[in-house]
Amino acid sequence: MHDPTDSDGDPSRPSRRGALECMAWAGTGLLWTLGGGLPRAVGLERALAAEAAPAPFSFLQISDSHVGFSKPANPDALGTLREAVERIRALPQKPAFIIHTGDISHLSKDGEFDDADQILRETGLPLFFVPGEHDLLDDEQGRAYLARYGKGSRGAGWYSFDQGGIHFIGLVNVVDLKAGGLGNLGAEQLDWLEADVAGLASSTPVVVFAHIPLWTVYPEWGWGTQDGARALALLRRFGSVTVLNGHIHQIIQKVEGNVAFHTARSTAFPQPAPGSAPSPGPMKVPAGELRRHLGIASVTLVRGSEPLAIIDTPLAG
Amino acid sequence: MDASSPSPRRRGRCRFAVAVTAQILALAPMEAPAAEPADAGKPVVIRIDNFTFGPETVTVAPGTTVTWINGDDIPHTVVSQSRIFRSKTLDTDDRYTFTFDAPGEYPYFCSLHPHMTGKVVVKDPAG
Repeated sequence: MHDPTDSDGDPSRPSRRGALECMAWAGTGLLWTLGGGLPRAVGLERALAAEAAPAPFSFLQISDSHVGFSKPANPDALGTLREAVERIRALPQKPAFIIHTGDISHLSKDGEFDDADQILRETGLPLFFVPGEHDLLDDEQGRAYLARYGKGSRGAGWYSFDQGGIHFIGLVNVVDLKAGGLGNLGAEQLDWLEADVAGLASSTPVVVFAHIPLWTVYPEWGWGTQDGARALALLRRFGSVTVLNGHIHQIIQKVEGNVAFHTARSTAFPQPAPGSAPSPGPMKVPAGELRRHLGIASVTLVRGSEPLAIIDTPLAG
Repeated sequence: MDASSPSPRRRGRCRFAVAVTAQILALAPMEAPAAEPADAGKPVVIRIDNFTFGPETVTVAPGTTVTWINGDDIPHTVVSQSRIFRSKTLDTDDRYTFTFDAPGEYPYFCSLHPHMTGKVVVKDPAG
């Protein structure tokens, strides 16, 4: 594990909570709670503190593990993924499953996928994936991803499922990207989405996850989805929609009507805030600070009038 | 720029010769480093740095070899919008070379980061 002296507590005696606090930035996840159909992300630290209040249903988001990345921004992306998994294993409230929002690997190599799978398996939790653009770099442009993660999915790997009274939709917006454009869902996937939600009651909480943000975060860096608004229009009638994305390696949130948008940290390396650097390339932070910029997220569904609770947790605080 | 080895001719170049006419070349964007192609046959290098192709537009003579070099810590690709050429994934310091024989405009982009676009203009030196 990393140096716990970054945490606010007594650095000489890292408690379990302190250790988990440490991971809150560097590559763990978000704990998501759905409350009254609305999502709230809660940092793992707070989730761990709330030991007496069990959430009825929670799941975890992990993103952008970039296994294989070894550049100066993080020479050991596999190591920080391992730290994230250790944090997940230490959660007192076991999430129902993990959603990985893409860029599992850095270059789509078999060995990278193998390493990621082996470490993620150690969570002991079911895993759901959507691809990032880094997962489709094999010569056949995604065949390897689909062979490994695409069972039961449609098209380039999209699918839906129901758990805990929530309808989950995994979308793929990293295929067939157009010159000068942003992320892309495409007509076939949008048609599928329309049919997929057609029979759902508007009171059903919906969680949509995809790699590139479905909303426009910063088009100058390609941080958005060309036809994302069409997908969101199909979900407008629902009372609670939570959109979980990765790709930009930092937390950005907004709420628009009934839709809560949230992007997760990476477990591998941070990227700069929109427009704050010449490019969105990997951000090298001072030694010792990396783990504050990596993390996981957990989400909990709380029945009632509360929104989904999302807890972002860095690997180190 | 690399002025050394002669351009390695690649297979199947000529079938694209008719794809684009040269008549619109006078409209080449002003950011083009040269309205006239550089020395005929001299290889040209396009750097990929900070998620940008530089120079964004190059004007070359027919037969010119163009090499892209990725200087970023993130992989990129070089993909012709009309599917005439397509690199494999270029990791850091990887390069991709294509020889442009037929006059015309060849817009391209990075298929991973499609906001990254560039253009090769192939034009006879005589104009």
